[in-house]
Amino acid sequence: MSMNKRSKRKLLVVMVLLGVALATVLGLTAFEENLLYFYSPTMVKNGEAPAERSFRAGGLVVAGSVERASDSLLVKFDITDNEETMRVEYSGILPDLFREGQGIVAMGAFNDKNVFVATEVLAKHDENYMPPEVASALKAAEQNK
Amino acid sequence: MIPELGLFALIIAFGIAIVQGVVPLVGAARNDATMIALARPAAWAQMLFVSIAYAALTYSFVVHDFSVLYVSQHSNLVQPLMYRISGVWGSHEGSMLLWALILSIWTTAVSIYSRGLPNVLMARVLSVMALISVGFYAFMLWTSNPFERIFPVPADGNALNPLLQDPGLAMHPPMLYMGYVGFSVAFAFAVAALLGGKLDATWARWSRPWTTVAWSFLTFGIALGSWWAYNELGWGGWWFWDPVENASFMPWLVGTALIHSLASTEKRGVFKSWTVLLAILAFSMSLLGTFIVRSGVLVSVHAFATDPARGVFILIFLCVVIGSSLALYAWRSGTVVSTGRFTWFSRETALLLNNIILLTATAAVFVGTMYPLVVDALGIGKISVGRPYFDTMFALVSIPLILLLGIGPVMRWKNDSSERIIKSLSIVFAISLSLGIVLPFIVDGVLNIATGLGLAGALWIAITTVQIFYQRIKAGSRMPLSFLGMILAHLGMAAFVAGVTMVMTYNQEKDVRLEPGSTYELSGYEFKFNGVKNVTGPNYEAQEGHLEVFDQGEKIADLHPQKRAYSAMGNPMPMTEASVDTRLMRDLYAAMGEPLGDTAWSLRLYYKPMISWIWLGCLMMTVGGVLAVSDRRYRQKRS
Repeated sequence: MSMNKRSKRKLLVVMVLLGVALATVLGLTAFEENLLYFYSPTMVKNGEAPAERSFRAGGLVVAGSVERASDSLLVKFDITDNEETMRVEYSGILPDLFREGQGIVAMGAFNDKNVFVATEVLAKHDENYMPPEVASALKAAEQNK
Repeated sequence: MIPELGLFALIIAFGIAIVQGVVPLVGAARNDATMIALARPAAWAQMLFVSIAYAALTYSFVVHDFSVLYVSQHSNLVQPLMYRISGVWGSHEGSMLLWALILSIWTTAVSIYSRGLPNVLMARVLSVMALISVGFYAFMLWTSNPFERIFPVPADGNALNPLLQDPGLAMHPPMLYMGYVGFSVAFAFAVAALLGGKLDATWARWSRPWTTVAWSFLTFGIALGSWWAYNELGWGGWWFWDPVENASFMPWLVGTALIHSLASTEKRGVFKSWTVLLAILAFSMSLLGTFIVRSGVLVSVHAFATDPARGVFILIFLCVVIGSSLALYAWRSGTVVSTGRFTWFSRETALLLNNIILLTATAAVFVGTMYPLVVDALGIGKISVGRPYFDTMFALVSIPLILLLGIGPVMRWKNDSSERIIKSLSIVFAISLSLGIVLPFIVDGVLNIATGLGLAGALWIAITTVQIFYQRIKAGSRMPLSFLGMILAHLGMAAFVAGVTMVMTYNQEKDVRLEPGSTYELSGYEFKFNGVKNVTGPNYEAQEGHLEVFDQGEKIADLHPQKRAYSAMGNPMPMTEASVDTRLMRDLYAAMGEPLGDTAWSLRLYYKPMISWIWLGCLMMTVGGVLAVSDRRYRQKRS
């Protein structure tokens, strides 16, 4: 009887360990799949950005580059790190503080026509705010000049 | 004059906190009654002076004293009184002052409501809390003085971020801080008990109500923040796995583990050293939360501070607090012996599993939140962790947690038989599983296993909880408030799971372009756009859209979403104010996008089934916590 109890306790410990191990494995897999890397327009131009998976790109919205479709919510604009620019396409409502010259971060991937299509556009809610990624991308581009 | 008075009061509070942190602690070691007796009056004096400092800053906001830098940065002449008062904690310096004030309120509350504590223990608890205060005062005085003056004095100030001008958000930081800081009480009790080498069930009984109150505040604070994000950000979501949200969620998860493990320690004398470790961990998570939100390392609307000195200070503070308490734990916890005995199939085991699951969840959030920060700090690259990671992890973790939530409360302490549990729960299990899977199929006509499992989980928690409630009534046994609190909190969890499941599956959202007079159909509801008019608020100009919503030809709601421009020096600040029609079973939600051409607008329309159940569930958990601490046995022990 006591042997039985002890083996039951052992079984419980083993099951808990297995559970935690399983959660860790699944967690790390999900983690790896959902890591989003940040690329500046220069890095994208250099072909460093992945072709198949989502990533984040950021820069300043180029003045005069914002084009809207007349019959849908499609909008196209360029972002720049003052060195290179890249085109972003987005269909939907832009954040309140999206405007020319503002630093933004777009999350998305290249489609089969090699156009970067954003699923989300982030502009932080402070007009003086610059996303840190964009700030460092601008700095890096400045140093490379 | 008043701001200098505030600064002076802050310096005095700092001095008092040092005395309160050192003298009673030395007194407790030497058994010097005079030194021990100093703890209480010192706590009250500290509270008095930090209150004066806080009042001085509030006064500066109220009278528009723009010579104070912080006031001029976060308020202007047209800002309503309510948002001038809440402007105090609208940014970094003031929220640190609020932190210190709340810590001092908790310290004073402990000194008043725990009169039954042995003097030595009380002295140690108050000292430990004062040492935390010392850290925060030093932080303010050296890196973030809220009373700093500027010259020349500007004629008007810069407005408070319009996002923060909302009643829900005005109350969010104080509630959250009450929770964060409240865990310092359990922490202080744990450290005091380790110092004294006396960790018994009474220690758990003393800490328990304080922890539950803190947990209730934290639950409410997080729910407020989530509700605010839903209403204000115009994205219709209720949780974004933003690092800032995670920062408040980690202490909540550990705190939830802590209140369950405290129950085992108090009732059965088990898991003593584990509970102490959790108490240290819960407060460490609160400090970490403050650190990652306030140090400017985050890409977030909450990250105000960009001064690296602040980050370094908090990081050192964090290391000292966590490091020293863990060292103390490692040194002393070996002497702690858990007395209770239990078998592998008992409520103790269920509560232990609850803790393991909750800590696994915490670890998942921790990795997802901290990894990008570490990678960035090491200069390897800029990365972020996508939302699907967190969603996957929580779907995984919630399955065993929900199962356990049904079984644990039914189990007996010490030892139970698996036959008894299977007998009493198998019917409920079968009913909830089949109902959960069949219900959406009947309504929707589509078999969706994930939704079915989610609803089955909600039913499982709800039915098992009602079952133990009913059994108590039938047995005619006494029903203490703490039991009712547990019932209500667990039912809240059921409501929460149901809400999350429904929103995740049946949520409909659409960004549309509408001309005045045109309509769009979403989930059977017809949204008719009637155009836009101009509206003037106290400190903003707005374009207000008007939408009528029809259900099968019958008008059921009017929505008035606004696009506001808040007046500020320089550029007006734009802000989206969503309009929501809330019913128990669904929300209809509209937010303004931007004007497209002459009269057309882009609009964001949502149909959100049962989303209010999410906050309703949180509210039930909060009230459950409040009920639990109102229990008579805590009051009797005090006298």
